[in-house]
Amino acid sequence: MKAAIRLAGRYVLLLAVLAITVGPLLWQLSTALKGPGEDVYGDNASWWPRNLTFDNFVKIAESVPIASYMANSATIAALAIASNLVFASFGGYMMSRPGWRGRRAVFLLLVLAMMFPFESIMISLFLGIRDMGLVDTLAGAWLPGIAGAFNVLIMRAAFLAVPSEVEDAALMEGAGEWTRFRRIFLPSARGAMTVVAINSFIAAWDDFLWPLIVLRSEENLTLTLGLSRMSSSSFGVDDKLIMTGSMISVIPVVALFFLAQRWFYRGVASGAVKM
Amino acid sequence: MINTLSPAAPPPSREPAPQVTAKSGAALHRPWWMPWLWCAPVIAAAVVFGVFPFVNTVLLSFTNAKPLGGPSGFVGLGNYTRLLGDAAFWSATWHSVLYALVVVPLMVILPLLLAVLVEKKIPFIGFFRSAFYTPVLASIIVAGFSWQWLLRDDGLINGALLATGLAGEPVPFLSDATLVLFGAMAMTVWKGLGWYMILYLAALGNVPKELHEAASVDGASAFHRFRHVTVPGVRPTMLLVGTLTAIGSLRVFTEVFALGGATGGPGGQARTLPFYIRDVGLDPVTGNAGFGAAASVALFLLTVGFTLLGQKISRGEGS
Repeated sequence: MKAAIRLAGRYVLLLAVLAITVGPLLWQLSTALKGPGEDVYGDNASWWPRNLTFDNFVKIAESVPIASYMANSATIAALAIASNLVFASFGGYMMSRPGWRGRRAVFLLLVLAMMFPFESIMISLFLGIRDMGLVDTLAGAWLPGIAGAFNVLIMRAAFLAVPSEVEDAALMEGAGEWTRFRRIFLPSARGAMTVVAINSFIAAWDDFLWPLIVLRSEENLTLTLGLSRMSSSSFGVDDKLIMTGSMISVIPVVALFFLAQRWFYRGVASGAVKM
Repeated sequence: MINTLSPAAPPPSREPAPQVTAKSGAALHRPWWMPWLWCAPVIAAAVVFGVFPFVNTVLLSFTNAKPLGGPSGFVGLGNYTRLLGDAAFWSATWHSVLYALVVVPLMVILPLLLAVLVEKKIPFIGFFRSAFYTPVLASIIVAGFSWQWLLRDDGLINGALLATGLAGEPVPFLSDATLVLFGAMAMTVWKGLGWYMILYLAALGNVPKELHEAASVDGASAFHRFRHVTVPGVRPTMLLVGTLTAIGSLRVFTEVFALGGATGGPGGQARTLPFYIRDVGLDPVTGNAGFGAAASVALFLLTVGFTLLGQKISRGEGS
């Protein structure tokens, strides 16, 4: 009996935390589905849409170039995922292999690179991107995040955890380095690769300060920049449309996370985060 | 590219001891340049977008370079003396430090309590864990829209305060500079909870179960077990979280932007250090990249100071 009460108490607490963590985002969803004339704020605003409608997802395209924002965010995110997965796998693999000079120096270089907070080098980064002629281009928004040092160390840790017997067996069969990398190491680091992919996607898709500095013209804005500009517009944009844009920004990330969560937690559990 | 308090870059712990196995045989078949080829993209990225920009920031801080180019000259320590005499710089620095002072204790404790709450494998716990993670997935700008709804004069919190009579008139959460800063802190904690919960969950898995059982047999209350078994077991993670959130707090920008607007609160009075750096260094017309670089060096030194403090605490507790 006492155990049942305690379990019930646990669920009450869990539901309370659920309301605090997810509630504010569900409010956005509810607002995005409200029909014209419904209040968003104040005493008359309802929790659930009175006239449930998906019209706002069509209407938003009439007031801002939402498709272009999405395409820009997706382009930068796709580039970031691809470059981080490929480069972090290559670098992390070789850094996990003993027996070559300079291995430790590369490790220390990556640790050093992580020590500088982005905000303390953003002026210099901007000048660099400016000198490359990449201001106000999607490439300029993507490049500084091309191969995050943290992602490399995640992959390195995953490859270090591969049992040496497996590799030795492959060596006996005369498998070359590329074959060992493709057939043995990459498949066993799937959890870490999921973590790297999700990290890179969220970092690029949700990023704000760097795109704010480097992107200027309307046709190059990302979703977060576009939403921010939309909400501060003096033309009085309908808040239901802003929340609709918010949902367009959040739903892909949440969907991806829930699809990949099994691998994600496995990657975290295998020490990808602990290192 | 880089989030403030979410999956950013924690300092890695020590390098695992290299495994000494028969693998050296494989290395013999590898030309000396092969490893460098594999690592070339990673090395290039670390140098071009990490180490070089920092070195360049230090060099820039002695010049009066302009963000959009043009002639610039050496000004010695001029930027630094000007910086130390600028009240706006000290105000921004104070806001960043205050942010850390408030956020760090909350972020060290609350996600740990949350991890303890979701640790036990009961039905639907997987759903709760993932649901608690969703704020991590939202961008700060998107989260800001929800927090504006919470904090507006006609928002949820003011509605509750007025209805219960706790406040006679709406609290100006979004129009008072100090309150904007505290609202941003609340949002930071809300958004970071899930991420640090996962870190703590991983650490809790390493606390020996026998210790909990022994404590239960001895009749220790849940609070006592938390205090004397759980907390000592996850202390290294608590110090890691403390250091990470301290650095993240000093770097905070977007949360203040999301609630206080592009100016950084009314009249720019809620600006943090990165806000200041952007305003003085990158404004196309009035910006002085050299002066902004000096402020950037100050931000870097501040993060180094907090990191060293964290290490000192962990060493003091280790002995």
